[in-house]
Amino acid sequence: MTASSTLVTTGDPGHPVAEHNPVAAFPHDTRGGISNPILGMLLFICSEVMFFSGLFAAYFSVRAASIPWPPITKDAALNEHFNLHAEPWYAAGLTLILILSSVTCQLGVWAIRRDDRTGFIRAFGVTLVLGILFLLGQIYDYSTIGFGVSDTPFGTTFYTLTGFHGAHVFGGAVMLSVILYRGLAGQFSSRHYDAVEGVSLYWHFVDVVWIALFSTLYIL
Amino acid sequence: MATTTLTPAASAYRSGLYEWLTTTDHKKIGILYLVNSFIFFFIGGIFALTVRTELAAPGLQILHDELLYNQLFTMHGTVMIFLFIIPVLVGFGNFVVPLQIGAPDMAFPRINALSFWMLPLAGILLLSGFLTGGVAQAGWTSYSPLAQDRPLASTGPGEDLWIMALLLIGTSSILGGINFLVTIFKMRAPGMTMFRMPILVWTVLVTSVLVVMATPVLTSALIMLFIDRNYGGHFFDAGTGPGSAILWQNVFWFYSHPAVYIMVLPAMGMISEILPVFSRKPLFGYKAFVFATAGIGALGFSVWAHHMFTTGQVFLPFFSLMTFLIAVPTGVKMFNWIFTLFRGKLTFSTPLLFALGFLSMFLIGGINGAFSAAVPVDFALQDTYWVVAHLHYVLFGGSVFGVMAGLYYWFPKMTGRMLNEGLGKIQFVLMFAGFNLTFFPMHQLGLAGMPRRIADYAANAGWNDLNLAATVGGFMIAASMLPLLANIFISRRAGKPAGDDPWEANTLEWATSSPPPPYNFDHLPEIRSERPLFDLRHGREAGH
Repeated sequence: MTASSTLVTTGDPGHPVAEHNPVAAFPHDTRGGISNPILGMLLFICSEVMFFSGLFAAYFSVRAASIPWPPITKDAALNEHFNLHAEPWYAAGLTLILILSSVTCQLGVWAIRRDDRTGFIRAFGVTLVLGILFLLGQIYDYSTIGFGVSDTPFGTTFYTLTGFHGAHVFGGAVMLSVILYRGLAGQFSSRHYDAVEGVSLYWHFVDVVWIALFSTLYIL
Repeated sequence: MATTTLTPAASAYRSGLYEWLTTTDHKKIGILYLVNSFIFFFIGGIFALTVRTELAAPGLQILHDELLYNQLFTMHGTVMIFLFIIPVLVGFGNFVVPLQIGAPDMAFPRINALSFWMLPLAGILLLSGFLTGGVAQAGWTSYSPLAQDRPLASTGPGEDLWIMALLLIGTSSILGGINFLVTIFKMRAPGMTMFRMPILVWTVLVTSVLVVMATPVLTSALIMLFIDRNYGGHFFDAGTGPGSAILWQNVFWFYSHPAVYIMVLPAMGMISEILPVFSRKPLFGYKAFVFATAGIGALGFSVWAHHMFTTGQVFLPFFSLMTFLIAVPTGVKMFNWIFTLFRGKLTFSTPLLFALGFLSMFLIGGINGAFSAAVPVDFALQDTYWVVAHLHYVLFGGSVFGVMAGLYYWFPKMTGRMLNEGLGKIQFVLMFAGFNLTFFPMHQLGLAGMPRRIADYAANAGWNDLNLAATVGGFMIAASMLPLLANIFISRRAGKPAGDDPWEANTLEWATSSPPPPYNFDHLPEIRSERPLFDLRHGREAGH
């Protein structure tokens, strides 16, 4: 920070309120409107939606160009592995873990809104553990799935989509860790929890992407 | 804004260099953007001059390796688009937008600094290919299979460095776009309603929406290309599976066509600030201009496939129609500008000259663009020098003239000193003449069938004279940069002191000192229209 930016402590001229407030609907709000960090996170999520749209568009384009889908190769074992529809249960388990983590994440947000710091830290702790569990599960899945990124466009799209989703889960887990650390240091309260709210929005987004991925890759 | 009564704490001593390297002040970051962009402008210009020199006469004179020629035009395009035009406009936005809306800074000052510092890093990555056996050579569009890692295409790390550099620039753009949007939505001074925002702020707003929604698609495309090249992927590699080279063109142009508007809308905004000031009139049709800008932004997402007419893989009537449609809001703006000038009290200072340069050259760029929107015409002109002429009339004749207008207009605010008018006029005349001498003959070259991206041509093709003229023009443009540089270096220290408001302008940035203090404003005038300073000068009744 420069000397200059310490002069002005609030982002909103005319309203020198030190606290940031998430959204207008909540009772603690004093000046209306969505807070800067939350708006920034929502816009960031918009850009992430477009990023995954690009990947999904490529997936459907490649899939439409390849009949049959999954492609049939000379390697019978590979063809067997490509048939994700036959055994979606493992991935369904991962889906369940991620959905659960979204629920606990939201419970944490509600807890901090009530000033229940213990509940908030407990819920975010569980969320982080579930997120890590998902990542480990995905790594195990990769190690046993039987095809690689260069095995036909099927392998390429599968690893690109799930891999970039996994990278986003990893990023989310890092954010959750930061929030937990700051939470343990007592930095959040019902009057100050924009960062918690922002990370929860991101985590829900990552969850929704996985649901779309699971539906596309394993069911559709 | 309410006056902040905080007194500055005694700050630790910082050297000037340390301050510039660590600053989060939007004005300093804006200037960093401008300096960085102009450095890359000159680097890209050297590439262009080399290319033009090679093409001055048939035969290979200075570049004996065609692959090196490919590298040079690839770097020229990439550097000029991604490291000059886009960032230089962001630089003006950074400096001017918070001032124009009466804010103390951007919404996220540290993210702002992060956005900037990715750019020099990306530039170094991009050009470091010269040290590792060659930079990218597949053109700035990196079409597959040219961009694939295989003999006769882009082997070596140059193309991968290109991908990494563009990923960084894209991330920088996205973060910057989010920052602008939050700043504009949330940090406006009391009284500054949306329809009282200066036009530049509106154009930056629409541009930022385009950046946030389109750039991530380029990111996804680059990542797929990286996977294709390095991990044996099959997205675009039609040679080894049902991957589709057309898919690359779709995802690439889905970003890169809106990017055209990213590269010109802020310049339009700058022109729209300058024309009213030097005509002593309000902008004609403020709301029409705003809606036209929003219209361009929205339509900008539905025209990308006009770059792909000849692939036969896109629905021609739709994309042709949409391309013609987008000329309508652009035409609306032309009328806004012309009727702003009409019966105005014009003072032909350098900013106005460059603004008029923008108007006339962008008009030509729009008209020759509309030619290419017609499918049958496009089939004949695809990949000829006509396209090179068109894109330079839009991006150089449009954006760069706009950038120069903005530089002469806001330099007094940035430094407190005026740029020299005489040197400015010399620069304008040289640049205007050089530009037209370079790029107008390219229309004829294109109609005569000269393809883009060739290092050599037959001596009897009838292209010699026009190519020579274009090369002479290229050197005139280069020469026009000398008065500019001299002007900046001399005027920065010895220029005429500017005072707060040298142009008697309308918008809030002129209500504070030149250069503004770190916190921008001690107090703001009442904001009752989109011209608060006009209202201040002429009293309430004169406001409209």
